[in-house]
Amino acid sequence: MANPILETKEVSAWFGKHQAVRGISFSAEPNTINAMIGPSGCGKSTFLRCLNRLHEEVEGARVEGSVLLSKEDIYGQGVDPVAVRRRIGMVFQKPNPFPSMSVFDNVAAGLRLAGIHKRSVLAEVVERSLVQAALWEEVKDKLKQPGTSLSGGQQQRLCIARALAVNPPVLLMDEPTSALDPISTAKIEELLVNLKNDVTIVIVTHNMQQAARISDQTCFFLTGELVEAGETSRIFTNPQDTRTEQYITGRFG
Amino acid sequence: MEVSLQPAAHTTGRLRDRLSFRDFGRKWKNRGMRLLLLVMAIAAIAPLLSVFIYVFQQGGSSLNWSFFSEVPVPVGETGGGMLNAWVGTVTIVLMASVVGIPWGIAAGIYLSEYGKGKLGNVLRFATDILTSVPSIIIGLFAYAIIVVPLKRFSAHAGAAALAVIMVPFVTRTTEELLKLVPNHVREAGLALGLPRWKVVLWIVLRGSAGGIMTGVMLAVARVAGETAPLLFTAFGNRFLSLSLDQPMATLPVQIYTYAISPYEEWHRQAWAGAFVLVIFVFTLNLFTRLIMARRR
Ligand SMILES: Nc1ncnc2c1ncn2[C@@H]1O[C@H](COP(=O)(O)OP(=O)(O)O)[C@@H](O)[C@H]1O
Ligand SMILES: [Mg+2]
Repeated sequence: MANPILETKEVSAWFGKHQAVRGISFSAEPNTINAMIGPSGCGKSTFLRCLNRLHEEVEGARVEGSVLLSKEDIYGQGVDPVAVRRRIGMVFQKPNPFPSMSVFDNVAAGLRLAGIHKRSVLAEVVERSLVQAALWEEVKDKLKQPGTSLSGGQQQRLCIARALAVNPPVLLMDEPTSALDPISTAKIEELLVNLKNDVTIVIVTHNMQQAARISDQTCFFLTGELVEAGETSRIFTNPQDTRTEQYITGRFG
Repeated sequence: MEVSLQPAAHTTGRLRDRLSFRDFGRKWKNRGMRLLLLVMAIAAIAPLLSVFIYVFQQGGSSLNWSFFSEVPVPVGETGGGMLNAWVGTVTIVLMASVVGIPWGIAAGIYLSEYGKGKLGNVLRFATDILTSVPSIIIGLFAYAIIVVPLKRFSAHAGAAALAVIMVPFVTRTTEELLKLVPNHVREAGLALGLPRWKVVLWIVLRGSAGGIMTGVMLAVARVAGETAPLLFTAFGNRFLSLSLDQPMATLPVQIYTYAISPYEEWHRQAWAGAFVLVIFVFTLNLFTRLIMARRR
């Protein structure tokens, strides 16, 4: 592949003695959506959390291997995990706006952290991020209300806006629609496809139709291993591995 | 599928009786139990109401402006007030709060955010024990390590005793409230590139500020009424004193001194003092609850 923006080499991850991710090598091209599918407990979330060094925050957790973001190893010597996380956005399964912060403050949190406090700049970026997250029209009159007062689907788009505000080149998403209703899910799927112009997305999904609808590359995980990765249309029409075929035709998982 | 609410035909005898929906005995038992619990609940608040009414009757009429604006007069003369005592209580409680609140909150943050290991468990256990140590013991301790070496009762010693009583309450309240913040909120902060200490202060602590404030106010209200630990630390003072290294009067101690005295006039003043103390603690509680209600 030509010029991957994100590349992993033999990444393994442990919770104490339990190995959840086994030597995964994977790469993502710029401006693509990359879907991770596979049965529950196969290590998708754990792998995703290795990509922004969040896994190591769990007590007793450990990672091996390397993750290259624009050719630079984020697990390299002297790399500060906090700095890594500022360049890689993340959206979680459950919407998690910061409590007792307004809609505006939620989106502005990352900028303020980066030392940007000028009101006009914040306002501009907050608006841009909310537009990108397809939420602006719904909340432009509610910017001062608590983020937690929005509906579940709106909260999740607020979290997307919060992640986008700092302009990360890569956005990680862990089953972002699994707690939402079909209409909110459709909205988010649509906005993800539009977001591709600005960011590279790695999305874990439980929903194979979702992977088929929106992703460019699909990766199939099983018991901590990457069984097969490839162009989405190819994976769903012509899987090379029989386990992939069994999974996508619904025979297990 | 049809679901029958009747017991299946093959259930027999006693079992059928138990499954029956026409059990009037159960309904009456239920009502009787509920009535009993209601009576007990009312009985539980009866003492509170009586205390309020009694203190109001006894103290309300003795309360006048000079109670707040004058210091005690010599025995035999009428008039005078408890200016020295209420100023002393405010001063000592304020001093105790300035030390005890940040200390307790910091300890609570440690226990909730970093206290997963053995050390955390030991600290948590110690805090629980400290909460249940009788306050007079804390007072004795302050007496032994502050009053005795300095050879002098002082406001400092009183405030130190009250601060030590406050800390475990504030610590446990803070810890409990921080633990209510779901972990995925912390992860959202970390994923945004906040260092852990900023996540704790900006997101977790801020998110529970309202609840923590309630706990803090309740702790303040509690120590404001403490008497035993002040008896041999702040001691008491017949004059208005603002010197922190000198003995200082407080409402609870002055109430105690006056109540056990043989003078009618002092008894009257003790009731007035009790009334003020009750109102103070009650207002603090009410105020806290109002703030909480508005935040919801
Ligand atoms: N906090 C944790 N502590 C210990 N084991 C965990 C933890 N989280 C996940 N695991 C284990 O790691 C494996 C992979 O989990 P996960 O990555 O969450 O799977 P997926 O996201 O594909 O459902 C599972 O066996 C799970 O039990
Ligand atoms: Mg998962």
